[in-house]
Amino acid sequence: MITTAQPMIRFQNVFKRYANGREALINLTLDVASGEMVFLTGHSGAGKSTLLKLLALIERPTRGSLLVNGENLAGITRAKIPAYRRQLGIVFQDHKLLADRSIFDNVALPLVVANTSPKEIAKRVRAALDQVGLLQYEQARPIELSTGEQQRVGLARAVVTKPALLIADEPTGNLDPDLSLEVMDIFRRFQGVGVTVLIASHNVALIERFKVRRIHLEGGRLLDSSTETEPVLFDPARFLDAEPLTPTESL
Amino acid sequence: MTAWVSRHLQTLVGTLGRLSQQPLASLLTVLVMGVALALPACLNVLVKNAQAVSGSWERALDVSVYLKTAVDTDGAERLLARIKQRTDIKSVQLIKADEALKEFREYSGFGEALSALSENPLPNTLVITPSEKTASPAGLKALSEELRKMNEVDVVQLDTGWVERYLAMLDTVRRIVMLLGMLLALGVVVIVGNTIRLDIQNRRDEIEVTKLVGGSDAFVRRPFLYCGFWYGLGGGLLAWLVVWVTVMLLAGPVQKIAGLYGSSFKLVGLGLLGGLSLLLTGAALGWLGSFVAATRHLRAIEPK
Repeated sequence: MITTAQPMIRFQNVFKRYANGREALINLTLDVASGEMVFLTGHSGAGKSTLLKLLALIERPTRGSLLVNGENLAGITRAKIPAYRRQLGIVFQDHKLLADRSIFDNVALPLVVANTSPKEIAKRVRAALDQVGLLQYEQARPIELSTGEQQRVGLARAVVTKPALLIADEPTGNLDPDLSLEVMDIFRRFQGVGVTVLIASHNVALIERFKVRRIHLEGGRLLDSSTETEPVLFDPARFLDAEPLTPTESL
Repeated sequence: MTAWVSRHLQTLVGTLGRLSQQPLASLLTVLVMGVALALPACLNVLVKNAQAVSGSWERALDVSVYLKTAVDTDGAERLLARIKQRTDIKSVQLIKADEALKEFREYSGFGEALSALSENPLPNTLVITPSEKTASPAGLKALSEELRKMNEVDVVQLDTGWVERYLAMLDTVRRIVMLLGMLLALGVVVIVGNTIRLDIQNRRDEIEVTKLVGGSDAFVRRPFLYCGFWYGLGGGLLAWLVVWVTVMLLAGPVQKIAGLYGSSFKLVGLGLLGGLSLLLTGAALGWLGSFVAATRHLRAIEPK
């Protein structure tokens, strides 16, 4: 386990029990450093998704404390959740794109809710789409894109606000091996500019291709945590600020 | 601030665009709201016109004061001068006993019978027109009481009973219209609320995603509020149109009837101010309905 003075994420003796009595997380204690990329592994029901839901404040711990950037999430009231979530980038297995909106509007959504100016939105959305190689599809609808492309749009939406923390729940679950690798490479590139990345996945073959830390959960408990990479310091200046590249240059 | 205003304007126009994408459903909602708003608006116009009619009747009310037969013409004239000093009357006219008898003889058909009488049985009479301030049933009653207490006065005749009954009925109708208006306003709120509830259910995924990327309740609620606003404004506009058409259709026949009774009464509609109030009321009710529904149902939708 990486130990730093100020970890980006700190779980301290966290328990999570659902209303039906199922113990999803049992006494979980772990730190994730800033700029680190971590894979959460384990079988279905191991607690990977619950861990990410706690980070996204979709669920709350039953016991224990969870700190993100030094802020105890227990102290975040319902009214303050939106402001907290705006600091996160979240990627879903099923993309969760809005079918009736263009790719541009889908990616712009986190900026729109943050009341960003239209000029800044245009600049950042194009930069994000450029980063995932989909700039030419900005006016297309999600249905016109392949599954892999849709996932990359989801990724662009997650990073468009320049979050310091990016979490993804089975982002390659619906993709074939080549597309999975492509998407993982994009995650790796974001980590390369200092974004802390947490990815829940049970695709062992894919994970093994990346030399990053793996946290293995089993029945809600932390079984194993390996360290294979060094974190990169977050540098917002290197992230999405540049003028959009061509899709070819970007990929 | 500029971004905030621009975002609101964008949402305002965007919701209008969204409604226009479902023209039939939107039109039906606006129609229902329009009818619900038009009914109390029409009744309100009716009551206002009826009040205007009763106002002219009140002004036409005269009080007949029959003096005692012992009071001669000089006494009657002195009383006339005293009464003229009062501020609660507009005018007073003396009908002398002799003039009254002459008139009665001419028009009653009892001329020969009256000639047989040794003396004039008719008293001197004062016909008093009350001031506008006094021309209410209560004011007239008070004036009559005061006149009755005068020594020279024998009988004070005032038939305000029918006016009182009419005004009481009008007041009842006005209250019924108010109650009906409140009930229909509640109906409008429920109609919009239900429409917005269905809209929220249809856009559940979008709401979840918006909340996940940091959309606050207020942000998620905003398009639904504007949607309710447009429904209400559309309903109000339709109601205004219905009232206008109704008044236009009835104005001619009502004026004809009034003319037959020697009145220059004209049916009046809502007017610009009334119409704008109707629009505002519709928009406010639409906004309220959507606010209630959105606040209630959006809280229940959280990312999973």
